[in-house]
Amino acid sequence: MSSPISRRHFLKTSVFAAGTAIVGTGAANAAITSDEEKESLVTLIDISRCIGCEECVYACRDANAHKFADPKKPFPKMYPDRVPVEDWSDRRDVTDRLTPYNWLYIQYASATTKEGENISLTIPRRCMHCQNPPCVKLCPWGAAKQEKNGLSRIDSQICLGGSKCKKACPWDIPQRQTGTGLYLDLLPAFAGNGVMYKCDRCYQKIDKGEQPACIEACPEDVQTIGKRSDIIKMAKDLAKEMDGYIYGLDENGGTNTIYVSPVPFDQLVYDTGKGKPHMHPVKDTMAAGSNLAIAMVIAPIAGAAAAVGKYYRQMKEEA
Amino acid sequence: MVYHFKSRRIIYGLTLLFIALSGFAQMPIFKRYYIADIPGLGWLAQFYVTHAIHYALAAVLMGLCAYVVLDYYFARKTSGTKRIQITKDTRIAASAQLKIAALSGLIITGFFMVVKNLSGIYFPHGVVIGLDLLHLLFAMVLLGATAYTWVRRRTWIL
Repeated sequence: MSSPISRRHFLKTSVFAAGTAIVGTGAANAAITSDEEKESLVTLIDISRCIGCEECVYACRDANAHKFADPKKPFPKMYPDRVPVEDWSDRRDVTDRLTPYNWLYIQYASATTKEGENISLTIPRRCMHCQNPPCVKLCPWGAAKQEKNGLSRIDSQICLGGSKCKKACPWDIPQRQTGTGLYLDLLPAFAGNGVMYKCDRCYQKIDKGEQPACIEACPEDVQTIGKRSDIIKMAKDLAKEMDGYIYGLDENGGTNTIYVSPVPFDQLVYDTGKGKPHMHPVKDTMAAGSNLAIAMVIAPIAGAAAAVGKYYRQMKEEA
Repeated sequence: MVYHFKSRRIIYGLTLLFIALSGFAQMPIFKRYYIADIPGLGWLAQFYVTHAIHYALAAVLMGLCAYVVLDYYFARKTSGTKRIQITKDTRIAASAQLKIAALSGLIITGFFMVVKNLSGIYFPHGVVIGLDLLHLLFAMVLLGATAYTWVRRRTWIL
């Protein structure tokens, strides 16, 4: 996919936006905190209902096909040699992991129930859409964005493919396709490496009041989407009803994807690795930054107090 | 007075060095270009480490700025008293004015970027991109002016 955004347009937009930010009032007004009216949308995934038919996988591909990369080869040579070329354009039909062309896949898991019965489970896996997504917050160019409804997505017209979002993601969700995107118009040999792709929760459908494709297509009603408070209540009720377990409520400080399983998540046996995310407990990766933000409020006050203290000490000595 | 300036210069210099390193490390370039492979610099490729270091040093820098600005104000106020070499005739050098402007820009844009990173805060996409680029621009101006004054041995005040 060639980048429809030019360098001039990118810089022009950025300078305009920067001006708005610096004016102060613009930026102050721009901050919209989530409140009850703008409560984030959360998806509940009832693992016990999933039959692994992959209807959701193919619905996702169909609904988002127009967003996929169509890179032109050969790719520009990148320096130094350690920069990896990640090309999935000839393997678009892969469905057993996350790729730039497959934003949702079915993870096969096995487990033993409390009654000692061996069971198989199938789990739809995709971006968790964290409440405070590190992929968005740590993106150095603002290429990843979070909508007011809580979904996070990567702007393929701006992303340079540095893969920081993947390294910052506790589940390594975003996947890179080399040879596409804005970096081709900048310094393709020395900076950037394509575009990162992941589930954007069908934002174009949500904007029209429709449901994400994976939810619409599911014949077993595995997924339910709704307001955070409603879905959390529903997840807790469901877990209570099946004597089950919840994943995603507290992971990474809370996510907008809640899984409910009939067996504990730490007892699930499944393949993990590249493009195959885990289901381990995850600490809030942004917590350190949020805590240090308090230090930034205290530090100038301490500095000012030290200067005032020095002044009065000198005045006493002079007197 | 020279004693005080020396200690604050050391704190400022070290803070500037590591806040710049941790700031540029927000871009995934140190691993690509083998810099993080240099023994002792591996932390430059660990994004959560550089993020925390950048925040902590931003707090140090803001504390130092608040101290120096107020100290300068009080020193002018008490002009002529012993131990104080700053007088009402003391002027801030042009290169220092540029550095102060860049520092102010960094603090203002940095403030909004920290707020943006808190949970539940949403800034319009264009504003986020603008903040990122402006923060980088101010950093480049500050580092350029610092390099110039360092080479030319220019002081902050005349």
